Amino acid sequence: MKVCTVDEALDFIKDGTTLMYGGFGGVGNPPTLIDGMLKKRVTNLILIGNDAGFPDIGIGKIISQGGAKRLIASHIGSNPVAGQLMSDGKLEVEFSPQGTLVERIRSGGMGLGGVLVDVGIDSILAKNKETVEIDGKRFLIEPALTADVAIVYAKKADTYGNLVYDKSARNTNPLVAMAGQVTIAEVEEIVEVGELDPDEIVTPGVFIDKVIKTQGVDWKWVWE
Amino acid sequence: MGMGINVRERIAKRAAAEITDRMTVNLGIGIPTLVANYVPDSMKVMFHAENGILGTGPSPENGDEDANLCNAGGFPITVIPGASYFDSATAFGIIRRGLVDVTILGALEVSERGDLANWIIPGKKVPGVGGAIELAQKSKKVIVLMNHISKNGSPKILKTCNLPLTAPQCVDLIITDMAVFEVGARGLVLLEVMVPYTKEDVDKYTGAEFAVSENLKTI
Repeated sequence: MKVCTVDEALDFIKDGTTLMYGGFGGVGNPPTLIDGMLKKRVTNLILIGNDAGFPDIGIGKIISQGGAKRLIASHIGSNPVAGQLMSDGKLEVEFSPQGTLVERIRSGGMGLGGVLVDVGIDSILAKNKETVEIDGKRFLIEPALTADVAIVYAKKADTYGNLVYDKSARNTNPLVAMAGQVTIAEVEEIVEVGELDPDEIVTPGVFIDKVIKTQGVDWKWVWE
Repeated sequence: MGMGINVRERIAKRAAAEITDRMTVNLGIGIPTLVANYVPDSMKVMFHAENGILGTGPSPENGDEDANLCNAGGFPITVIPGASYFDSATAFGIIRRGLVDVTILGALEVSERGDLANWIIPGKKVPGVGGAIELAQKSKKVIVLMNHISKNGSPKILKTCNLPLTAPQCVDLIITDMAVFEVGARGLVLLEVMVPYTKEDVDKYTGAEFAVSENLKTI
């Protein structure tokens, strides 16, 4: 049975877990799982996701409260607390260009070893990276990313775990959903199998291990 | 030389003049966001957002915000007819394939060859690169909007960038509170001077050599 309680889902997330999260600037971060992780006081997480959210929004809350020891992301500009932790040596951060990061996640989810990208090949981010030449063009070898647990947010799931997303809250979620050894989907609505139109499903349920119903966002958005 | 609201609006308006009908355009955060306000409704322009939208529209009215419909900066937007939603990998596929006609972004430094530095000040600030490398390296036309000089008064247009590059030789046009420069094969060409500044001011506050257009305009 994939549909479970928040506590049952949280059992997969422990101190030191490599945790990948969907979302972009807080939008599409799963709020109830994040809140549960805070209450459980999970520490030493290795986080992989687009950004560090905002200090009091989304995954940013975990980072600001010192729950992560390492972060692989494309930027942390919207979370000054993350920047401070990094400067203080309390958070190790690895930056990938945004498009490269999602391709690394996607390739992990697709069972590939990585991707070949020429983005940033002339920048300091290319330092110490392996390159390969194909048809006379040089590419960086960008290794795939996977995680012990992936957490995503979606609009609807059926009990098999098929997922439908909502507007721009889709963002990195379908990619992250494929890249976890265990993937937990937090959704606004859970329906019976057969109620979703197969044509509208973005993430096939085979990638999803657990489904929980969201209790909704418990933070104030920056524009509120 | 603080940048008042009028100056920001003036820069945004000038940048909007570079956008033509049917273009696909990406706007960075800050002043670039304002550019959309100056694109006439008669033009069909598809604004691209890195999180996964093609066809973003104006900000919603107060109270009509939808937390699940935001731009790449995390602020609420609307969409126009013909818009589509997709995942972020597709959003970056659009960029890497060179399907973005114009990208408009901010900068810390630009060199006379069009090198762009806009993501890191080593030892001081590491906000991270976001999607800037993809946009700078792969867009058909890259327009930089920025203050002509930094807060401590030093030129931001330089012979060579001091900061690590986002991408080399990618900038096509620089619009500041003082001037508009084109970056050509032979280097910088001054196209326009913004009043109240004069060509002498531009000479004084630009850290690179430049040619002056035969049709130099004051705007």
